[in-house]
Amino acid sequence: MTLAELPPLEQWMLLVAAFVLFTSFVLLAQARLVSAIHAFAWQGALIATLTLIVAQAEQSSHLWFSALLTLALKALLIPWMLHRLVRRLQIARDSEALRWPTLAIMAAVALVIFSYWLVLPMVAQELTFTRNIVAISLAVVLIGLLMMVVRQQAVAQVLGFMSIENGLFLAAVSTTGGMPLFVELGVAFDVLVAMVLFGVFFFQIRESIDSLDVDRLNRLTETQPEGQTETRTGETP
Amino acid sequence: MTALLVVLATPLIAALVLALLRHAGLAGWLNVAADAVSFAAAVALAWQVGQHGDIAGLGLRVDAFNVYLVVLTTFVGLTTAIFSRPYMRHVCASGRIQPWQLRLYHGMYQVFMFTMLLALTTDNLGVLWIAVEGATLATVLLVSLYRTPEAVEAAWKYFILCGVGIALALFGTVLTYFAAQHVLADPVAGLTWSALFEVADRLQPEVMALAFVFLLVGYGTKVGLVPMHQWLPDAHSEGPTPVSAVLSGLLLNVALYAVVRLKMLVDGSLAGTATPHLAGVLLMGFGLVSFLVAGLFLHRQRDIKRLFSYSSIEHMGLMTFAFGLGGPLATFGALLHMLVHSLTKSAIFVTVGHATHIAGTQSIDHIRGLIRTQPAVGWSLLIGVAAIAGFPPFGVFTSEFLLLTATIQSQPWLALTLLSGLAIAFAGLFRHLHPMVYGAAPAGQRPVPANLVPVYIHLGLVLWLGLAIPGPLARWLDEATHLITGSRLL
Repeated sequence: MTLAELPPLEQWMLLVAAFVLFTSFVLLAQARLVSAIHAFAWQGALIATLTLIVAQAEQSSHLWFSALLTLALKALLIPWMLHRLVRRLQIARDSEALRWPTLAIMAAVALVIFSYWLVLPMVAQELTFTRNIVAISLAVVLIGLLMMVVRQQAVAQVLGFMSIENGLFLAAVSTTGGMPLFVELGVAFDVLVAMVLFGVFFFQIRESIDSLDVDRLNRLTETQPEGQTETRTGETP
Repeated sequence: MTALLVVLATPLIAALVLALLRHAGLAGWLNVAADAVSFAAAVALAWQVGQHGDIAGLGLRVDAFNVYLVVLTTFVGLTTAIFSRPYMRHVCASGRIQPWQLRLYHGMYQVFMFTMLLALTTDNLGVLWIAVEGATLATVLLVSLYRTPEAVEAAWKYFILCGVGIALALFGTVLTYFAAQHVLADPVAGLTWSALFEVADRLQPEVMALAFVFLLVGYGTKVGLVPMHQWLPDAHSEGPTPVSAVLSGLLLNVALYAVVRLKMLVDGSLAGTATPHLAGVLLMGFGLVSFLVAGLFLHRQRDIKRLFSYSSIEHMGLMTFAFGLGGPLATFGALLHMLVHSLTKSAIFVTVGHATHIAGTQSIDHIRGLIRTQPAVGWSLLIGVAAIAGFPPFGVFTSEFLLLTATIQSQPWLALTLLSGLAIAFAGLFRHLHPMVYGAAPAGQRPVPANLVPVYIHLGLVLWLGLAIPGPLARWLDEATHLITGSRLL
């Protein structure tokens, strides 16, 4: 079965999912923090759109609610919180050049291919559609992981973390028609609390190393050099 | 059912009250009282399950396997709270933390207990995920409580690594739900463990295999399996000592519990395929690597709390290996090991808390002559380490002996690896321990006011379990073994 033979609805969903994957690439390579936050907001909005399409098709009230929740949380609230934090930390104009931008993008492409290869066993029967969408969401998750590896800026890492959550949500909505409502609410609550805590940590990190470059968080290693052990008293009051 | 609700509601209510309570002295006592209530309720719950079988309802489900961990969790929670009351007041009085941080500590301690108990008793894989993630969120601010650069770094590492790990577990959960939709008519039942377990043989094996890899990596991060263990030594060494005790004694167990539950599902699904033991083999591989790597890393440690957190990784690796091995003997041994390891390790962390107060540092090189300075602390540390290293009269010896026997039965060659791993770990612990407890004390080192009652209770219980496992407990563990493997040992 080729893609063109799929029902129009599923074709629409695949199109939106492809855009989600595209925003993942944008997030990965976008050097300016504010623009990256905007890209993340767009990703959230696209996922809300996709949920809306599914809700429309299945006439399920629970998915309507879930689309609204995604829009509020992923496209508005979290980007707004990040925006505010970035302004309060006065890093809005910061940009962080990737060390090897081409390599990072190539690695992301490789991850997309890997995701498709990983879901090959699911090729059975009429799963063409599902396979595509699972592969795309897996790719979004893995690119989020890659982003956390290659970016050193704490805010960019949080964006990577949140886009992993987006990938998971994409998988849940498009393959299964959404998880039960109370589970979805619980997950959303956890994500929100995590975001608040990330905000707290931005300030704690800046206070302790005077920067948000997490590569400089390198005090804890297996063997401390001799000089350092003298000054390190750990938790002793 | 009432007992179950009391177990869950007590920490939740206590968390709210403690978050608002401004009286520091009262807060410590209330923390102990709340844990005592949940422990009493947990014992009542265990008795009910023993008499009348499983209790289910409201999306919760308690059977022989998890009620045993509920009792253990509330017990260690209680004894750690008893230890933490004077300890944290001492820390607060010395000015290292502000009174509002003490309030945060007490509130989050109870939230952590709630998430652990919810993760254990829920029947829903989605709620299990939410609870385990909630446990990370509750403890991450406790790890950075002291606000030193090291503590902030440890907390950030803990947050990011566990957050990402657990996100992968959610992907596995979604895949499981996807597989269930082809089998179960009711969508809500698709995440209910007991409903899934009944139809496990009809779940699509390809999807379940992929799901299990994600679930294992996800929850395995929290178990502390190598190579996802990086957060564990940092979080344990930089957080306050009571937090290290509950992380090591409880959180790791709960994560392993999640892995074992999911393995039961996947085993059912893969039974008819070409690779029926895929889940078990994966667990054995991860477990053995963690066991050996952590054993070797013990030798290189310079910080006393990092030393014992590597020992936790080593023991979690051993249990993971045993659950992977399967069969009634190995499973029984692993369940017993979970119990004795939690008791011993939290006792050790409590003792280490006192030892660092005496020496004024966490650096192993500067902790000397503990027995001379304060015999109770020195001997407790010596006996605790002897117990965790697997010396004969203690319970850890019994469980490790069972595990070795099970390994010789099914995979004789791996027994050699296990034995050499145990020897390496033993040497790693004792080369550091010996100078710390014996020898002359540095000038000016003084005893500190110590609260060693929890240590005596824990080590006493471990000794008892090593000498003679009480009949009811053995039958109880056997019931759990029956649940996991489908056959009995006794």
